[in-house]
Parts: sequence; C-alpha cells; structure tokens
Amino acid sequence: MDEKEKLGEHQARRRAFLGCLGGAVAGGAVAVTAGSVLSKQAVAAVATTPGSSPASAVKAYDPTKHKWAFGVDATKCIGCLRCVEACKLENEVALDAHHFRTWVERYVYLDGEDTPHVDSQADPVNIAASGTERDYRFANRYKDEKVDKAFFVPKLCNHCTHPACVQVCPTGATFKTEDGVVVIDHTYCIGCQYCVQACPYGARFFNPEKRVTDKCTWCYHRITKGLMPACVEVCPVSARVFGDRNDKESTISKFLADNRVDVLKPETGNAPNVFYVGIDKDVS
Amino acid sequence: MEPLFSAASYTGYVYPNETVFPWGVLIVVYPYLTGLVAGAFTVSSLYQVFGMQRFKPVAHFALLASWCLMLFVPTPLLLHLGHPERAFNAVFTPHWTSAMAMFGYFAGFYILLLTLEMWFVFRPHIVHQAQNLKGLPGLFYRVLSLGSYDLSEKAMRYDSKWIFALAVTGIPAAHGLHGYVGFLFGSLKSREWWSSDLMPVIFLFSAVISGTALLIVLYVLSCKLRKVPVDVDCVKGMGYTLWGFVMFTLLLEGVEFANIVYKGREGIDMIMLFVSTRLLIPFFVVQIAIGAATPIVILSFLFWRGIAGKALVTGITVAGLLVLINVIMMRFNVVIGGQEIAKTGKGLLYFPWEIFGREGVLAAGSVLISPFLLMLVMVRVLPPWEDRKGALAH
Repeated sequence: MDEKEKLGEHQARRRAFLGCLGGAVAGGAVAVTAGSVLSKQAVAAVATTPGSSPASAVKAYDPTKHKWAFGVDATKCIGCLRCVEACKLENEVALDAHHFRTWVERYVYLDGEDTPHVDSQADPVNIAASGTERDYRFANRYKDEKVDKAFFVPKLCNHCTHPACVQVCPTGATFKTEDGVVVIDHTYCIGCQYCVQACPYGARFFNPEKRVTDKCTWCYHRITKGLMPACVEVCPVSARVFGDRNDKESTISKFLADNRVDVLKPETGNAPNVFYVGIDKDVS
Repeated sequence: MEPLFSAASYTGYVYPNETVFPWGVLIVVYPYLTGLVAGAFTVSSLYQVFGMQRFKPVAHFALLASWCLMLFVPTPLLLHLGHPERAFNAVFTPHWTSAMAMFGYFAGFYILLLTLEMWFVFRPHIVHQAQNLKGLPGLFYRVLSLGSYDLSEKAMRYDSKWIFALAVTGIPAAHGLHGYVGFLFGSLKSREWWSSDLMPVIFLFSAVISGTALLIVLYVLSCKLRKVPVDVDCVKGMGYTLWGFVMFTLLLEGVEFANIVYKGREGIDMIMLFVSTRLLIPFFVVQIAIGAATPIVILSFLFWRGIAGKALVTGITVAGLLVLINVIMMRFNVVIGGQEIAKTGKGLLYFPWEIFGREGVLAAGSVLISPFLLMLVMVRVLPPWEDRKGALAH
C-alpha cells in the first residue's frame, strides 16, 4: 500500500468517526434544546467534518448503491419549525421570508367553514409574532376561533422521478443523480429560472447572492457521508423520515411498508419521492 | 445599492418562494419583440414569396424592421439571466429536453437567414453606393458588397432565386421562433393560466397581427416624415391582413379562455377571482375590448362602407396602434398574469413593479425602444423605400 492509499484510508476512518461524532452532537443538541432554538454551533458541528475534502467524500460514496426517499408523517408534526431553521443554517439559505429549501404549512379548518385557512412560517402575521424573519414561529392566531381540525404539513423538494425542473433546464445544470436526488450545479446554472417556473411545488427559488437557482438537495453533502438531512436530524418528533429504499430495514422502507402514503399533485406526472402520511384533500 | 430582490405582496396562501417573481417585465418585452419580428417577416414574405404586389412599398422595410428587431431579441434574455456570461452553456452543451435550449439555434439561424436575405435584397443599393461614394462611407459599402459588383440581368435573376429561397425558409424559421416562445409557456404544467395546447398557436397569430400593425404604423409615419404620399392600396392590403388575423386571434383567445373555465380544474376559483377583479381592466377592457374588438369594429366599418383615401389610412393606422396595445397587453397578461396566480391555487400575488435596476421598467423600455433607434439609422444606410435610387430592384 503506497503512501497515498494509506492516507486515503486514514481519512476515510477519520471521516466515519467524525460523522458519528457529528450525529451524536446533533442528537444531544436536539435532546438538550428540545422546544427551544437549536444553537448554530450544534448545527455547524453536524455540518462539518474537518479533514475531509468534498472530492474524497464523493470518491468513497457509490451513488449506484442507493435509492433515497423521504417520508413525512403530518400527524406527528408539531409545527416547531426547527427543521426550517436547521435547513437555513446548514445550507446557508438567505435569512429572509422569501427563500426556503423547506417550510411548514399550517391548515386550520374553522367551525362552519369548508375551506382551510392556510399559512406558513413566512406569513406576515407569524413573522410579527416571532419579531423577525430570522426566527420561525406559528402565531396563535386562531385562539378566539372554534377550530374543527388543524394540522401541519412540512414541505420540501419532492425529488421527483420525472422532474419537470430537470426537463426544462436549458443547460443540464440541474439533474437527477443516480441515487435519486435532484441537484443543481451552481457553477453551470445560467440563472434563467425556467426551472423555478416549471416546479409545481414552489420548491425552487433564485439565490439572490449566487444568482443561480437553489433548492433542497436532501442535504446531499450529508447523506453521502452517511448522515441524515439536517431537517430530519433536528425533528424532535420524527415527523420527517429519510433513508435508502434499497435497504429493506431502513426507516424509509419501513415507513413506506407500514403506511398508506400520498404524494403531492400526482396529476402532474412528476412522481414525487417525498411520501406523506396524514395529509388532507386540501393539501397541494 | 440595488436590493437583491423585490418581494411581492399577496392575498390568500402562496408558497413562500413564490413571493419573488422569477420573470419580470423584460420577459414581457422578449415575446413582444419576437412577435414583431415574425409578423414583419410575414408581411415581407407576402410580397417576396406569395407575390402580392400591393405589399411592395413596405416589403423591404418589413425585412429591415424584422432584422433590427431580431438583433435585440436576445437582449432582454441576457439582461434577465443571473449569469449572462454563461449564456452559451445552453448552446454548446444543450439539454435536449429543454425548449429553452433551442433558443440559441433558432435565433442564430434566423439572424443569419435575415442578414443573408437583407444582403441580397439591398445589394443593388450597396453596389450603387460602393461605386459612387468616396472616403469612409464608400469603404463601408465596398466592404458590405463583399466584392460582388455584378448587377447584370443574370446576376439579378440569381439574386432573386436566393431571395425567394431565403424568404420561403424564413417563414417556418420566423414562425418556429415565435411558436417556440408560445411552447415555452404552454408546455409548463405548473401553471393553469399557461398550460394550454393552444398557447403556441395564439402566440403565432398574435405575432402576425403585431408585426402587421407595426408596419402599418411605421409605414404611415415614415411617409409623413418623408413627406411622400401614402400608398393607400398597400395600407388597405395590410388592413385586410390585420382584420382577418385579429378576428382569428380573438377567437382563439376566446376558445382558450372558455376551455379553462369550462374544464374548471383545480384552482379555477382563484383564476375566476383573478380575471374578474385584478385582470378585469388589463384583460377584458384593454386587451380584448380596446385592443381587439375595437380594431375589428373600425376595420369592419371601413371596409363595409368602402371608405377610401385619407380616412381609410387614418382608420387603419388607429386600428394598428390599438392592436399593438393589444399584443403587449396580451404578453403582459400571460407572463406577469400567469405568475400572479399562485401555484397553490389558494392565493394571488401582486407583481412588484420596479422602475430602476437590471429588470426594471426603464431597462425593459430601453430594450423595446432600441430596435426602433436602430431602424432610424438603418433606413439611411439601406433605404428600403421605392423613391430612393436603386433601392428597389427586386
């Protein structure tokens, strides 16, 4: 074994160790800070694995061996919005009310009404309640009403099997990886925003600083290192589930086997890979 | 410093990311320009290909106008792109499933075709100037002539064949370019307001009417400026063309709207709310009533009563002006209107107008005016009018 290979093996072991350490720190952080804001340091600890370069991480990872999928159990979501915050910090998403890789919707059916009142953390009333666009909260705006039914629905990119966004991209800067994740090459995107138009789910946005399109990648930089996406990692109630469908024992495989699931806007033919439990007919 | 983005206000529920409009007024100007290109070229082809002699007075100007407009078609797109310096990524490494990837090819081919046809059409004038002018202007025309000074009968017949072939090829090229723009919108399933099989056809017909209307207005205006009499027969011919195509366009738009309403798919409530409130004036009043129905009434009256002379020219010019308003309003109602209806089907957005900035009204207005400034120059470089010596050999 030459020096280069030895070094590579050493780095791989170190990465695995730091990866576990990162997960442990994140788990601890969630436990300690449940119900409060997850500290930036904790998320940063999850995000970084010192000593590993992206190139070597990708080298060790074989995309042909995975088939990633995401599950959302809306019956469990408590609308704490830790996922939104973790995502913003992990992926350096602009800290305003107009750019989100993931968001949470609240559906409230009031007594005597047929259609729900829908809002997200980006609603001006909710921003007023939190005091800033950088903090995320659902205002108790229906406290004086009689609520028949209410639930939260976390939203994110659906990483569709037939993604309309990929179809329309004029350069191929956005593409579907072999393991089923739709990603964007920020060095190749021309910023035409045709993909933003084509996505029926509003999952894409224009990154105003990089001047390219941006969206959820299921934290590809993390999952290729054996970690969970940041939003899944911080969810205190396991409303978000992620895993490899090729692994029959994975959380997502069990989630799909144990539940009857829905996808959003199936009529588009996009065939989403985010599967929902407990959503209602009005969720789109 | 210019803010990084403008956020839209809204009613109901919209996805958080939707509050930043992906496409602004520059993308309204873009299909308007391509439409004018295709329409002007159509009029030119009516003479060059279909031999309609009454269009001869405007045929060469139509070609010149089409060329001037086409040169500026990529400008709104380049201004809009987040990374214009990467624009050629779409040409060198096109993603074949993307309609947009075809733009570079369509546009490039069409600009080449137009330039070539222009050269053949204006060659007699170029040669005339090259042989008679001295100094820099002379040199300019000598370079432009590409060393080809042969104006013999044989050479002119040869040129005519080329012009005919190019004009024939140009018909599918011009309409392909614009039909493609309609396809860009119509093929998206994310927006009910856009997602229509009729969209490319509607875009094509609206292109023809906008180009014809522009030629009517510019031709009459140029006659006034040059203090020469207007060729009434030519204007009447363009009036007839406008009349027929506007009726057909209005019918198509009506059928499309009826389709959306009749199918009544998910989100129709929001669309109905949108058209009956916010779109009431821009769509029903300006686009349909003022921009389409009124010109049809004016033109019907003129032709039915057999009005002739100055009154006929004035009436047709007014109809032309109204149609130009119709088409830009149509582009606006499609591009901006489509984005104002939220993808959630539960909310409406208000387009955040920007005056300054790269995608503001001033930038879009400048892009829109630029081809006309170029035309002012080009009609002096390559005079397209019959009353100039050597200008109309073909």
